[in-house]
This record gives sequence, structure tokens and C-alpha cells, in this order.
Amino acid sequence: MSVASPISAQEVVERCLELSVGDASVVLVDEGHSANLRWAGNTLTTNGVMRSRSVTVVATIGEASGTAAGVVARSAVTPETLEPLVRAAEQAARDTGTAEDAQPLVDGDEVPSWSEPAGETSVSVFADISPALGDSFARANAEKRKSYGYVEHVVATTYVGSSTGLRLRHEQPSGHIGITGKSADLTRSAWVGHASADMVDVDVAALDSELIRKLAWAERTVDLPAGRYDTVLPPTAVADLMIYAYWTMSARDAHEGRTVFAKAGDGTRVGERLSQQPVSLWSDPSASGLRCAPYVVAHASSAEQSVFDNGLPVGRTDWIRDGSLAALMQTRHSAELTGLAVTPPIDNLGLTIDGAQGSVDDLVTGVERGLLLTCLWYIREVDPQTLLLTGLTRDGVYLVEGGEVAGAVNNFRFNESPISLLDRFGAAGATVPAFSREWGDYFPRTAMPPVRVPDFNMSSVSQAS
Amino acid sequence: MHESGRVRLAVVPAEIDPAFLALPMRPLADAALQRARELGAAHADFRLERIRSQGISLRDGRLEGSHDGEDVGFAVRVVHEGTWGFAAAVDLTADEAVRVATEAVDIARTAHDMSPERIELADEPVHPDATWVSAYDTDPFSVSDADKVELLAAYSRTVMDRDGVDHVTARLDQVLEGKFYADTAGTVTTQQRVRLHPVVEALAVEADSGRFETMRTLAPPVGRGWEYVTGADGLVDWQGALDELPGLLAEKLAAPGVEAGTYDLVVDPTNLWLTIHESVGHATELDRALGYEANYAGTSFATPDQLGTLRYGSPLMHVTGDRTVTHGLSTVGFDDEGVQAQQWDIVRDGVLVGYQLDRRMARLMSATLGASRSNGCAFADSAGHVPVQRMANVSLQPAEGGPTTEELISQVDRGIYVVGDKSWSIDMQRYNFQFTGQRFYRIVNGRLAGQMRDVAYQATTTDFWGSLAAIGGPETYVMGGAFNCGKAQPGQIAPVSHGCPSAVFRSVRILNTADEGGQ
Repeated sequence: MSVASPISAQEVVERCLELSVGDASVVLVDEGHSANLRWAGNTLTTNGVMRSRSVTVVATIGEASGTAAGVVARSAVTPETLEPLVRAAEQAARDTGTAEDAQPLVDGDEVPSWSEPAGETSVSVFADISPALGDSFARANAEKRKSYGYVEHVVATTYVGSSTGLRLRHEQPSGHIGITGKSADLTRSAWVGHASADMVDVDVAALDSELIRKLAWAERTVDLPAGRYDTVLPPTAVADLMIYAYWTMSARDAHEGRTVFAKAGDGTRVGERLSQQPVSLWSDPSASGLRCAPYVVAHASSAEQSVFDNGLPVGRTDWIRDGSLAALMQTRHSAELTGLAVTPPIDNLGLTIDGAQGSVDDLVTGVERGLLLTCLWYIREVDPQTLLLTGLTRDGVYLVEGGEVAGAVNNFRFNESPISLLDRFGAAGATVPAFSREWGDYFPRTAMPPVRVPDFNMSSVSQAS
Repeated sequence: MHESGRVRLAVVPAEIDPAFLALPMRPLADAALQRARELGAAHADFRLERIRSQGISLRDGRLEGSHDGEDVGFAVRVVHEGTWGFAAAVDLTADEAVRVATEAVDIARTAHDMSPERIELADEPVHPDATWVSAYDTDPFSVSDADKVELLAAYSRTVMDRDGVDHVTARLDQVLEGKFYADTAGTVTTQQRVRLHPVVEALAVEADSGRFETMRTLAPPVGRGWEYVTGADGLVDWQGALDELPGLLAEKLAAPGVEAGTYDLVVDPTNLWLTIHESVGHATELDRALGYEANYAGTSFATPDQLGTLRYGSPLMHVTGDRTVTHGLSTVGFDDEGVQAQQWDIVRDGVLVGYQLDRRMARLMSATLGASRSNGCAFADSAGHVPVQRMANVSLQPAEGGPTTEELISQVDRGIYVVGDKSWSIDMQRYNFQFTGQRFYRIVNGRLAGQMRDVAYQATTTDFWGSLAAIGGPETYVMGGAFNCGKAQPGQIAPVSHGCPSAVFRSVRILNTADEGGQ
């Protein structure tokens, strides 16, 4: 039996760099700790505590035609397996040939936190949440409700080292809780979700109260046909749509003419006004409550990311500023192609409407007759030309009459473009932390306003309840 | 898909990669299971996995990115005092195996007070030392990256060199999955399978208007080896498929928009597999029907109280669950609970008659199901994730001696022939769905009359399957599939195939997607 030897992430980086015989190299070590609880019908169904470690070596080799990069990743590394890993990356560079995105590796220094160990979490992070969930299940049983949900906490630590001196460490805590509440006969359904980096601010009782309030709204039900409705989208539903829009903001794709951000004739729509409203879509690694890595971390090259850009600093980027498209996701290579600034993707997203104030409830107050949504689901692209998306409403669509919720409505399938919505909304509230129902498990750091759209396109009725 | 006349190579059973077998799976299993027994676990299982994955992408014939990964780790799952516990780690030492087993029991203890429902598993036969390897000739990881890049570049050039094509992307994803499983009942399985998916897509952009369209190859992801990518197995005529892409793309870009309304559809298997996946495959997962996915992937309209009575579709509809079919993406020898792979009916004569199960649900619902055995649908996508019930290869059976696709088209006066998958969406109870495709042909008086643009079909599951009017014969049968079916929290992906023939559906709602996007 082979026995693994403990080896720190920093040692892995240094040894891989020492072993490298290529021209230059980058080593990324990802360490993960996570814990989760999942439940259905007022009882726990699965749980888990997991540890992971992965080492990615980017080896670059100069060739007559340019620079080649080989990218190889391995988990469960031992001191003995580091050299084969480095050699495999170098061989991959020789095999795959010249990299189109080749650039000089990023220079840098050692950050003060470099020597610190990886962050950890464990099931103890749920010390307060677990008994609260137990109480919640008991209360749900007593009140003839059913609770379904999931709570997770993850701490991911990434070390980036390079032959050009980079020694970067980023610790990314993430967590979230989502609860679906249903009536005992399953005809009424509501959902609440909340992202939290440290789980300290998760208040199960408060989430429960919100579910109970929404389930009570559904004691009266109204059937409505498909059509266009005056609709209030809460921040979570706005996040559902805006994250998709963000993920299509590849400068390379737009430059080639294959997205809604492509300009007819040639180039991109950067500089073009997309909305007559004062909307700004932005990312900012230092945004309070949304902090994320302030530099590029790329495990493979793609249209939006380049392994050569690892360690490249990123700061606040306005993708849309005051209604105009201001930037698209770039590598240094795609920036050369497009002639635009280098604006790499960032792991958070915010939408602000200049001057907008108030909450979802404030927007509802202004609706004479319309809909209030909870969240959206199964969102997919129908037409990339306009970024027309389809999807479903889920776990609570409410009829608003005279500024008040008057009951629950059937679910709908929608067909809408988030880019069009940014121009068409009639009112909006203040930007607040928002956890996307559809994408939050993978992209939890978002801040969005509620918006009111006068003519949201509900294409057909869904029987789902 | 293009079937060439070339002779198919015989597939010789491969051997399990010695590098995987060299991992210390048995001593770690012994250490972990012993520790779990000592701590009072009524059941414990140990799983060690090594998943090699590689993705290579080219843009206009030049390398855009490549990534070669290997994910190794192990997990221990226990049932302790009637409660699940699960823990996973990556350091392959006996001490770590003991620690992880202890941690799994610890979390089961923590979870106990929140778990009023006692976990019991269906009894299953013990398989003391079973080995299984999927069917393929050449492990794609034995092929040099240089050969892979050159082949994709050659495929790209075939398309790029033609008029009307502005850009070409090519991508190859490959996975070599090694999985070792052992449990306290004595089952020990060692398995290996290979899967891959090559895709080439062409883009055309109208310079003046900025209108654009794409068209991609239809060869599905498969549980096959490198011979599928080169075409050496004779299954896909790559040259023919690539040669026709530019012409198909140009026709699509110039095609008129569809007039929204109601049409009869002839759905090609290259499109229908995904409709089956969403509206039948997921809807007949028992964990969804029981509400386990209510907070995430969703539930199902096909609830257990309707087993044997729910009219799912027309009497022509015969759908099977199958984890044994050769080259299927969900095909295994044994599932992640040590249950032998099998095949069974899900919809027979249009009526719901079966579900996809794991051991816990089989025990829980034995009275309703009329059986007390699992049908082997437990799966975890990596050592770091807990097994959940995942999809078998759920397939629509062809009509013996049934018509060809052309004969099915001839049965339609005014309709649309749908080819290739593209966009998909369905609600959380699997009622309302909407799909687009790679290409849509107008059918006029039983004949194809050119492509149309901006088409989506939208329906409710039982209405759609109830409108099934004719099914093609075995020669129309194709197995499609996907690498990345998503489910569960934390999120897991699973590969799955769906076989189906061409089929006719009457009076289906068709949308014009350009109109849908208008205000």
C-alpha cells in the first residue's frame, strides 16, 4: 500500500516550480472543505462533510511558432507524484502546440497571507442552525406543513504561484440556505433563500416566518391565463436573469458576431446604449458582502479566461454603466482582438438603478393589478440574437390587486430577454443582497434590486404547483 | 446522423487501468468499514474513485484551451442508528480512511435528531468480487494530445474552407471513470468506463444585419472509445457530416420564420431523446416523485399513487429504464450501492408502470411498488459526493417492423420535421416544456419543403405523449444523450443516454421565437 505524505499547499507550489524545466509555469492549488445538510418532508435525507485538494500545473514552452501551454490537474497528490504531474503538463504543452492566447506570465510578489494554511469548515458551522432546523421541522409537523431544503458551507482556498514570482492566496468562504415550504396537500408552495459567507446571520426562524406568510397568501388561489402582466420581480428573480446575461458577456463571442452584444457589421456593442434607464451592471472583488478573488484564477483557457492571465489583478468593472454597454469579459488576448480594455470575469455581480429606493413591498404597493413573483427556474437560452430566455415561475406567483397581495396564481412559462427588461422596467427598488434560486448554488455573490416590468411575457400556463 | 457503410470494428473487452488498480482501495476499504462497524454502523459502504477527464477546444482550427484532470478520492457512507452519515476526503492513507469513517458516523449522530424517518435499505444479493468494464476499443487517454488536436483541426478546416461559414468551433470531451465499491455486507465491485463527445459547430453571420445562426454536428456523446472520434468504428461518417454543415447552415440563415400555430411534428431521434430525458426520464425518478428534490431539481406529476393507472401517453408508448445497454452513458455493471445493473419497463402501452430506484426508496416504497428490490439507479458523480438516485438510460422503444422516417413524414399533410437538439426547459413538476432544435423542415403534403427559422415547440407532458400517433421502426432508432444532467444538492452531474425512433406527434403548439421576444 502506498502511503501519502502530508505536504502543504505552499510546498506543492514551490516543488512544482522547482521541477519545471519549461520556459515558465504557474501552479494552482485548490483546497476545499465543505459541510451540508439536506432535508425533505421534515426529515433529513442526506448530509456530508468533504475535503478536497487539486493541483493544476500550467507549463509553457516556447516554440518556433509561438508559446504553447499544457494544463494538467491532479488530486490526491503526494511528493512522489509531483514530478510526473509537471512532466505531464510539459508534455501536454508540446503535444497541443501553440496557444492562441499566449501572453507573458503575470509578474508579482508574495502576499502577506501566503504562508497561512487553507481555511476550514465542518459540520460544527451548523451548531446553531441544526437545532433551529429541528425546531422548524417540529413546528411544520404540528402546523401540517412540509419543509424541504438545503444548507451548505464551503471554504475554498486557492494558492497561485508562478515562475514570475506570484505567490497569491485567496480564501473564499461561501454558504447558503434555501427552504421550500409546502402545505400538507402539496398544493401551496413557497421558497426563501439566503446566501451567507459565515452562516452567522442565518436565522431559520425568520426564514420560517417568511414561508408561513407566503403560504398564507396562497390560501386563496386564482387561475390566470398566459399573457403579458404588470409584474414585480424580487431581487432573487432579477439575479436569476442577470447572472445568465453576465455569463453571455464574452467579448470574443460578441466580436465574432454570435451574441446579443455583437454589433451588426463588425465588432461589439460596447459604447452602445442598451437601456434608456440609469442602470449599471457591475462586478467588484471588494464589494461589501460579495468579496471574491481580486485577481484572475484560470484553470483552463476559454473565450473568457486565459491560463496566461493567472494572477492578473482585477478591480471594479462596470459591464453596463448608466444604460450603456461599457465592457465585456476579456482575456489579454481577446482585448487585443477587440481593441477594448482588459476586463476579466469576476466572481460576483451587482445591478444598481441610480436613484432607486425601496423594497419589494414598496413596489407591490404601486401595482393596481399584476403579479408578484418569487423566483424563476430552468432558464435556458432560446434565441442568442436577442438573448431571449425561457423558464418557469416557481414556488409562489401572487396576484396583486390595489397594491396588496390578493392570492396565489398558477405558475407560468416565460419568454423574455434580460437585456430588453433592462430597458422596459417601469420602477425599481434599492439594491440588496440577493441569492439566485436557479444559479445561486454556483454563483452565490449577487446584489440586485427588485424591478417592476409593465409587460412581462408569460407565454403559457404551467400546471406545476 | 450519418451511418457509413464501413465495417464496424469488433469491441474487445478492455482491462481495468493498472494505475487505478494500483491505488490502495482494498486496505482503505477494510480500514474504513472496520471502523464503521466498531462505531455501530448497521451499514457502511466505501467508494474510491479516479475520474480522468480531458477537454480540448479549438476555435477556427486553432487551440483555444485544453485541460487534463484527474480527480481521486474516497468516501464512506454509513447508516448509524437509522440515520445517514457521509464523509469524503482525498488523502489515500489508512489513517485518513479511519478518520473519514469516524467523521461519517459523527455527522450521522449530529443528524439523528433531525431525522425522524429511519433509514433502511432493500436487501440485495452480495457480489463478493465483481469486475466490469464498458465496451470500447481504444482508451482516448492512450491517444496523444497532438493527434487529438490535429484531428479536431482537420475537422474544423473541412468546415472553415467552405463559403458562408464565418467561424468554427470544435470540442472534444473525454472521461475515463474508475470506481471501486465495498460494503459491510460483502459486496466488492471494481469498474471502469469510458465516454466521449466530439462536436463541431459552424457560425454564419450576415454582415449587414448582424443576423447569425449556428449549425452543429449531431453525433451524440457515447460510451465508446477513440474509434468513435475518428470514425474507424463506422458509426459516424464524419466527412459527410462536416461536408453538409455549411449548406445546412446557409439554408437555415436564409429560411423564413415559422408562422406560430399548431402543427403535426415528426421528431427525429436526434431531438426526441432530450424530450424523453426531461418529460419521462426525470418524471419517473422516484426520489423526485417522493419530494426529495422539491427544493432544487423539482418533483414529479407522476406520483406513486398513480403507478399502474396514469395514462402517460398513447398506447404506442413503451419506455424502458436500462443500465445494461452497450455504449449507454448510464450503463454500468453495478450501481453505487452494489446493485447489479438491469432493464425494466417504465411506461408500457402508454401507462406508467415503473420508477427508477435506489435501495433506500425500494425498501421505503416496497408495498406501493409491489417489489422490494432496487433496480440499480444509485450514482455519485465523484468520490466527494453522496450517491443519489440518478437516471438510467431511459429509452422509447421502436415499433417492430415500423416505418422509416421518410414514411412517417409522408403521413403528415402540414407539419414540421424537427432535427437535432438545442434549447430545452421544463417546469419543476415536469408538466410544461419548451424545446428548440438544430433545424426545422416544413412538411407539406407528406414531403419536406425547406427549413424554417425561429421555431420552438411547447406542450404539457401527457398531452404531448398522448398525441403520439406513429412510431418509427428499429432502423430509425438512435441513442442520444448528455454528459451533464444536473441534480441534487450539492450539485452533481451524470451522463445518460436515451434511445428512440423517429415519431409523429399531432397538433403540437409551435411558437415563433422572434415574435416571443418582441414587445
